[in-house]
Amino acid sequence: MGNVGAKEIPQLLSADGRRIDGRRLDELRSITMKVGPLTRADGSAFVEWGENKVMAAVYGPREVHPRHLMQTSKAIIQCRYNMAAFSVDERKRPGQDRRSQEISKVITEAFESVVFTEEFPKTSIDVYIEVLQANAGTRCAGLVAASLALADAGIPMADLVSAVAVGKVAGRIALDLKKEEDNFGEADLPMALVPQSGRLVLIQMEGHMNRDELRQALDLGTKGCREIYERMREALRAKYDTPGRAEPAGVPA
Amino acid sequence: MSEVVSAEIQTTHIIDLARAGRRLDGRGIDDWRPVSVTPGYVKSADGSALVHVGDTTVLCGVKLEIGKPFPDTPNAGVLTTNAELIALSSPTFEPGPPQPEAIELSRVVDRSIRAAETIDLTKLCVTPSEKCWTCYVDIHCLDHAGNLIDAAQLAALGALTHATVPAQRFGVAEHDYPLDVSHFPVECTFVRLGDRIVADPTFEEETAGQGRLTVATDELGNVVAMQKGKIGAFSPDEVVETVERAFRHGDRLRNVVRGT
Repeated sequence: MGNVGAKEIPQLLSADGRRIDGRRLDELRSITMKVGPLTRADGSAFVEWGENKVMAAVYGPREVHPRHLMQTSKAIIQCRYNMAAFSVDERKRPGQDRRSQEISKVITEAFESVVFTEEFPKTSIDVYIEVLQANAGTRCAGLVAASLALADAGIPMADLVSAVAVGKVAGRIALDLKKEEDNFGEADLPMALVPQSGRLVLIQMEGHMNRDELRQALDLGTKGCREIYERMREALRAKYDTPGRAEPAGVPA
Repeated sequence: MSEVVSAEIQTTHIIDLARAGRRLDGRGIDDWRPVSVTPGYVKSADGSALVHVGDTTVLCGVKLEIGKPFPDTPNAGVLTTNAELIALSSPTFEPGPPQPEAIELSRVVDRSIRAAETIDLTKLCVTPSEKCWTCYVDIHCLDHAGNLIDAAQLAALGALTHATVPAQRFGVAEHDYPLDVSHFPVECTFVRLGDRIVADPTFEEETAGQGRLTVATDELGNVVAMQKGKIGAFSPDEVVETVERAFRHGDRLRNVVRGT
């Protein structure tokens, strides 16, 4: 997409249906998640997803800055997605460009759809997402990291939000695009799922997909999100579910 | 506090109506407000269109200038889209740097135009690596009565469809010629009101809405862009149904823009 007059296009799909990194069409990149790596934040998480490295931190509920954003009936969520200058091949000018601001907005709205904000009126829940190394799918990796950080901070929400990007590569629908596939593929559809309700709280798309391909992409993405969701739960258990811990008092066995 | 309360009462009312398949302005769930596209509204622009969607009014002007291609696309011209939510169009808009809402609007409109390959950018190249046309698409929202995205996108498409390349003025060719438009993407926005998903939301419906979904389709049967916005969620089945509705409205709106 958007590669008018670009250099030669690499072969994205081999004859036996393997992708440039050897994955099948429905296969995720390798993912590791760590909950609570930061000491000062109320909640944090670090996600390595393929060649993406993303850190997220949550502060709050706390006082709202700037004050005029305060809402009397609920907490506001302020997400800031940011890419480090060194996170991409060509140095990115530091600060919020328009892309970052749009991503911050859609991620904020995704979380506002699940967090019980009415429990904390007049406060702000600040979510910071820092992309340290980028290789396509950073908004999804950031959303997953932020979701874990919110849980780590003890923020009540309907469910963990899981996310993945689906795309079209050499005419086929593929899960979790990496950079070359994103740059030279025909479509990209990042999505975020609330697994227990089966509903999507983030949907974006750019490229070309017909009706059937879109249906296929939504199905594949949903499946991918559910896989990520299991990994997220494992990551949270790894921090909080210490083996041999006593049953909470008063709960019958 | 009273504003919050009255907004809540209205929200409840709008959602109750939607449950019965009705809307405040008497439309059905899938009906659009009347749409008009007036090309050539601003003579000083190389292309322009004034769009009304009900009371929502958006003006788009296109200007073409000679510039330099980006180093990574030496054989292509440049297309930039910018939307201004100017303060005269709504009491909630303020002068100053663009807010996230304006940035999202510009980017969502830009995405549909770009992804659909509306303009073949290689045709805007004059001399590779040195000289190309830069096409500025500037969108001014004049009256925000809801569904700015679709009105802005129609205005952008309308302005491009009827634009002229000022080749004579820039000494690039002997005569000006019409800008070549290859595809006709149209965006359709929906909001959830309870269990119903309504087309072309008014400002009040957007305020009451529980999630917004924009789908851009082209004339060849492709979805070229999507954006979910606001607080709320959609199931994959609802997305698929909404896409079908976007194709239906899109085909009709394409004819309005092209004047056929």
